[in-house]
Amino acid sequence: MKTWVYVDHFKGQVLPASWEAIGAGKTLGTVTALVFGSGVEALAKTAFTYGADEVFLADDPALADYRSEAYASTLSSLAAEHKPDAILFPTTTRCREMAGMVAMDLKTGVMVDVTALELQGDRIVATRPIYAGKLLTKETCSASPQIATLRGRAFPKPAADTGKSGTPTKVAAKVEALTNVEGYATTEGGVSLIDAGVIVSGGRGVSNNPTLTPPGGLDEKQTEIWRAQQGFALVKDLAAVLGAAVGASRAAVDAGYVPYMHQVGQTGKVVSPDLYIACGISGAIQHLAGMRTSKMIVAINKDAEAPIFKVARYGVVGDLYQIIPALTAAFKSKLGK
Amino acid sequence: MDFDLTQEHTMVQKMVRDFATKEVAPVIKEFDRKQEAIPWMLPRMGELGILGICFPVCYGGQGMDYISLGLACEELEAVDTALRVVMSVHVGLCGMTLLQWGTEEQKQEFLIPLAKGEKFGCGAFTEPGMGSDLAAMRTHAKRDGNHYILNGEKMWISLASKADFAMITVRTDPNPARPTDGLTTFLVNLHSPGVTRGDIHGKLGVRAGSTGWINFQDVRVPVANRIGEEGEGFKITMSAFDSGRYTVGAGATGLIRAALESSVKYARERTTFGKPIGEHQMIQEKIAKMAQDHEIARLLYLQVGWMKNQGRRSTLQTTYCKKFATEASFEAANQAIQIHGAYGFSDEYDMERYLRNAKGAVIYEGSSEIQVLIQAGYALGERKDKALRCELPAYDAEAWQK
Amino acid sequence: MKIIVCIKQVPDSAAKVVVEGGKVSWGDAPLVINPWDEYAVEAALQQKEALGGTVTAISIGGESAKEAIKHALAMGADDAILISDPALANLDTQAAAQVLAAAIRKAGGVDMAFFGRQAIDGDSGITPSQTARLLGWPALTLSAVIKVDGGNVRVERAIEEGRQIVTAKLPAVFSLVKDFGEPRYPSFMGIRKASRAEIPAWSLGDLGMVAPATVISWPEVMNPPSREVTCEVIGGGSPQEIAEKLADKILAEKIL
Repeated sequence: MKTWVYVDHFKGQVLPASWEAIGAGKTLGTVTALVFGSGVEALAKTAFTYGADEVFLADDPALADYRSEAYASTLSSLAAEHKPDAILFPTTTRCREMAGMVAMDLKTGVMVDVTALELQGDRIVATRPIYAGKLLTKETCSASPQIATLRGRAFPKPAADTGKSGTPTKVAAKVEALTNVEGYATTEGGVSLIDAGVIVSGGRGVSNNPTLTPPGGLDEKQTEIWRAQQGFALVKDLAAVLGAAVGASRAAVDAGYVPYMHQVGQTGKVVSPDLYIACGISGAIQHLAGMRTSKMIVAINKDAEAPIFKVARYGVVGDLYQIIPALTAAFKSKLGK
Repeated sequence: MDFDLTQEHTMVQKMVRDFATKEVAPVIKEFDRKQEAIPWMLPRMGELGILGICFPVCYGGQGMDYISLGLACEELEAVDTALRVVMSVHVGLCGMTLLQWGTEEQKQEFLIPLAKGEKFGCGAFTEPGMGSDLAAMRTHAKRDGNHYILNGEKMWISLASKADFAMITVRTDPNPARPTDGLTTFLVNLHSPGVTRGDIHGKLGVRAGSTGWINFQDVRVPVANRIGEEGEGFKITMSAFDSGRYTVGAGATGLIRAALESSVKYARERTTFGKPIGEHQMIQEKIAKMAQDHEIARLLYLQVGWMKNQGRRSTLQTTYCKKFATEASFEAANQAIQIHGAYGFSDEYDMERYLRNAKGAVIYEGSSEIQVLIQAGYALGERKDKALRCELPAYDAEAWQK
Repeated sequence: MKIIVCIKQVPDSAAKVVVEGGKVSWGDAPLVINPWDEYAVEAALQQKEALGGTVTAISIGGESAKEAIKHALAMGADDAILISDPALANLDTQAAAQVLAAAIRKAGGVDMAFFGRQAIDGDSGITPSQTARLLGWPALTLSAVIKVDGGNVRVERAIEEGRQIVTAKLPAVFSLVKDFGEPRYPSFMGIRKASRAEIPAWSLGDLGMVAPATVISWPEVMNPPSREVTCEVIGGGSPQEIAEKLADKILAEKIL
């Protein structure tokens, strides 16, 4: 099978799920990686080290910012010409859009956010979660190319082999777009949730420390948020020691404790880390939908009946204001930090 | 005979349910523990139009019918009784009494802001020394030119410290021919000089509800605020109870449902002796009774709502509805605690709060015993409905929605 | 401003969804408006309040899809259209996009087409961009902030790395995230209006199209593998003791 894999990046930083997609593509047959952008030749070279047999590079100043129409048209015209059997993308905000548009251009379909792939003859059978992960379906696409977006961390990342190299094939970019990018506003930095191997998350319980005395002049809601910020500071400390990303439940985001970009759940980010530490999170179904495929879940909650304990491998029923700092200290010494 | 709710009714149910579960349920336990009313509860209910749900649009209301009022009460009390108590006193005792007995001027001046939720109302009938025996009330008023001068104290008044107005019945004739004569009803502005009020804490239940006392010292009440005529106070108060009692019965239906839903959920999850407790017969019996009682209570209050929509006097059916639903709700909460075992005994679960709340409803708005006496009176033919000078207006979709 | 909101009817998110006899079943849980579409309706109503105009809700479905439509009307949408045809039973995203694009063209004069970011049954989130592609309109997906100025629009899109600020000309397709605020409750007046509303139905014939082919199929639907997880609760005399034990256990699993 001839599989194309789109390498998603932002300002030259590749989203690691793209490399995982190359690994997945290699299990199906040969892989041609696609790198679009401006000044991204280095990314094209890196694609070879992750196993791409061939790389198409569309390097054009007009592609400096991702714009869906230009990127989709570039890909569609290439695909119409070369007719790959399959096109794989990592599931990201850009790639959902691009894959959807390319599918319209090529009159085919997209299997979105796939967690497993198998080949039956020349058909890909893609397993993906539906109904917020309550069910799984095995989807097929009857048209060609068969397009899929792959969930981050659902497929193993191939080891980079610096011995592998090659020359990218330069291809023409389609540059017409219907939008202008004016700029970007970054929110807090830190490890990206989708790629994180370890996530420490805080929930509504993080504000629940009545013994903390807030500074004067705060009303009730401000006091709650102040307390939550003290709690989240503890979560962030633990995350820092573990090199982890910081996540949050919807309840914490809705209450204003942390910005939305930290939200894990069906309506936030769906994550699949190796380790997920849930602090003060009850484990409502919408949150579980976002993290239940984590390899190991550890829960810290005052409420022994919290549903989160049903999916946790290890649990502590206790006050997170005491447990989290103790855990941070324990890891600090054991990891020699 | 159509027992189905209309699409309008199911949408009303969903809207009130969404409000109560999204905004109040997450915080109610905290406020109940602190014995404090949720400060934004009244304004928010006013904003959403819930406080004016069954008043004509021309009087500032939402133009929905009396069944919608019942449905709203069921949804509110399923989350907490404190929410439904607001409806009982602001809408039932105060607003609906105005709708029934108020003059056009009074409806324009007082009902409109109440229905819009710009002002809040309550009902003040009970006193420290008097509850069931209405005629024994001691708060009195004396005519003085264009005013009455009010003196006395009312107690156990929901929203006492929060309301702007109170529908209050007092004695105006100290020497009546019969004890129930000589009572008069007023709508008193609680911001008037001479009014002092305070909150009562330490209640067994409805702790997130504001309950208090109101003291009147030479309070001047304009004649224009007198509801009906002098001497009509007893009849007007009984009308007020017909309205309030309906909301109590509908609300209690919601409490039964909450107890049932919590019990079913728990019975599916908790296992003993190798199976979910819902598979044990004694648990099944308790749950079946709750389910049956919910159905009965629901049918009773919907019938009352329907009768009120028709403009029919519904005093008897309202007592059936109130007595049955409130007693069944207390028992449902009691059995729900039993089903939850030790967890039911803890405030980590809601069932203990429901039991404490449910106990109030068999006492107030006409105790269970009073309901029995009324029912016996009708059954034995000793009590017959006489036409009232003013009846609660029938629901008129066209006229009410202009 | 003529705004169309595309809404979908889905099983309630709290429903217990299982596979029975090879088919997806949600028991007697109600069908409701897709929660993300509620946010889209809210955003549309806010734009209407700011700019004037009308909001029309459209949905593909049968009789039961009218629930979702009536909810949108009760929230304040001015009117609604149901696209109903027996040939539209099991659509994949690109077939749905074809139908919606045709409906938006037929509605005529549309300035903004709003979508919720994804439907909670399929969880694909690509129908908005596919519809935009067919219409030849800008796809402003994951919009968190929308500012219209004459015939131009400026949006902030919520991407992984923060916000991307993009401008385009109207008409455009938008998919919305939650930043516009909680969807308003239906007003009682809205409820009355919605329950009485007669909702016109358009068939494929009305749209001037034949049934679009579906290319994605679900030959198999499964319950997820049951995860045998028994939680080991770590206890101890002090937080320090508990933390030590827990850290050791985690390190032993070799995932750090």
